[in-house]
Amino acid sequence: MSEEVKQKEPLFSAKNKKLIFNPMNKENPITVQVLGICSALAVTAKLEPAIVMSISVMAVLALANVIISVMRNTIPPRIRIIVQLVVIAALVILVDQVLKAFAYDVSKQLSVFVGLIITNCILMGRLEAFAMGNKPWPSFLDGIGNAAGYGIILVIIAFFRELLGSGTIFNYPVMEKLGLYSIGYKNNGMMILPPMALITVGIIIWVQRSKNKELIEEK
Amino acid sequence: MQELFNIFVKSIFIDNMIFAYFLGMCSYLAVSKTVKTSMGLGIAVVFVLAITVPVDYLLNKYVLLPGALSWLGAGFADVDLSFLSFIMFIAVIASLVQLVEMIVEKFTPALYNSLGIFLPLIAVNCAILGASLFMQEREYENVAQATAFGLGSGVGWLLAIVGIAAIREKIQYSNVPAPLRGLGITFIITGLMGIAFMSFMGIKL
Repeated sequence: MSEEVKQKEPLFSAKNKKLIFNPMNKENPITVQVLGICSALAVTAKLEPAIVMSISVMAVLALANVIISVMRNTIPPRIRIIVQLVVIAALVILVDQVLKAFAYDVSKQLSVFVGLIITNCILMGRLEAFAMGNKPWPSFLDGIGNAAGYGIILVIIAFFRELLGSGTIFNYPVMEKLGLYSIGYKNNGMMILPPMALITVGIIIWVQRSKNKELIEEK
Repeated sequence: MQELFNIFVKSIFIDNMIFAYFLGMCSYLAVSKTVKTSMGLGIAVVFVLAITVPVDYLLNKYVLLPGALSWLGAGFADVDLSFLSFIMFIAVIASLVQLVEMIVEKFTPALYNSLGIFLPLIAVNCAILGASLFMQEREYENVAQATAFGLGSGVGWLLAIVGIAAIREKIQYSNVPAPLRGLGITFIITGLMGIAFMSFMGIKL
């Protein structure tokens, strides 16, 4: 995603670049802001649904950010949450219908979690914290950046869970090709089960915070 | 009757919202610092779930499903509004949460103050919308089953958040590695609790 965007350099001041790259590490929506955990864990047993989920979230978040940002001066503050929910829900319905039409198997695997993008806290969080007070273009970048930060964590979790749990990557039998089964290696079925997703996130947070000391919480 | 009880117990222990589906994790992580507030939020969630799931069930059955509008007349027999279900469900949830907020504010101001920002946030709690979507996906037969499912999911969520809050209150006195402090260790504990809850999976209901 960032490759394609870099070519249109003039639009990207240092400040705008920050909007995209900060959420990937220091302001990561999942490990630092603690937003959008619900769906992050449930769709990560395999890589494919995790990536489809990230792309869906990116589409919805970027568009919702732009739409809310365009309307930000006309939305009465009292009903802003309903307005935001309606915009998000309409976009999610679009994504859901597109997935059903073009990627039916994945949409079955994701089951209710496509619908749950509506209540993904990243969306409300970014709309409320960023799009309500910024112009459309930075809001768009903010949406892309946060969705990318979300996607990175999803892909990392899904990579380890699929590799260790099923011994495959994108359904390609890596462990079998390496010949590990013949020397007694066994898949760890535990990795596919829900609890290990939580523990994997815990470990990612551990690694990230040991590198960035300023993220460590006060006691 | 027994079937209702089965659905109730199943949704508390086996299909627990947090440990099996990770729904409602955001508020679960944010509000679980003390037992008292987590209890308040848990009760609010139980209440909202027990109301929204049956209401959404009726909405689904009599408005949204293919052919559901046939009670309006023969001309509506093949109308399919199911693509609208997300937006209808979230509208019902948002308005019911508003209602609950007003009731709580009127009758128990103390609870209202301690819940603060989290009561309106129930509207975007994944557990609430998730329960409605699961209800739609699992095709419960009647409104009583849907209610049992909603109530059970809520109680399961309450159990999980009160459990983690109790553990977090104690773990403050332990010597957790610095990078794991707070969020990290909470994830790992939740994972371990999830493993414990998996032992209920063997129960056939």
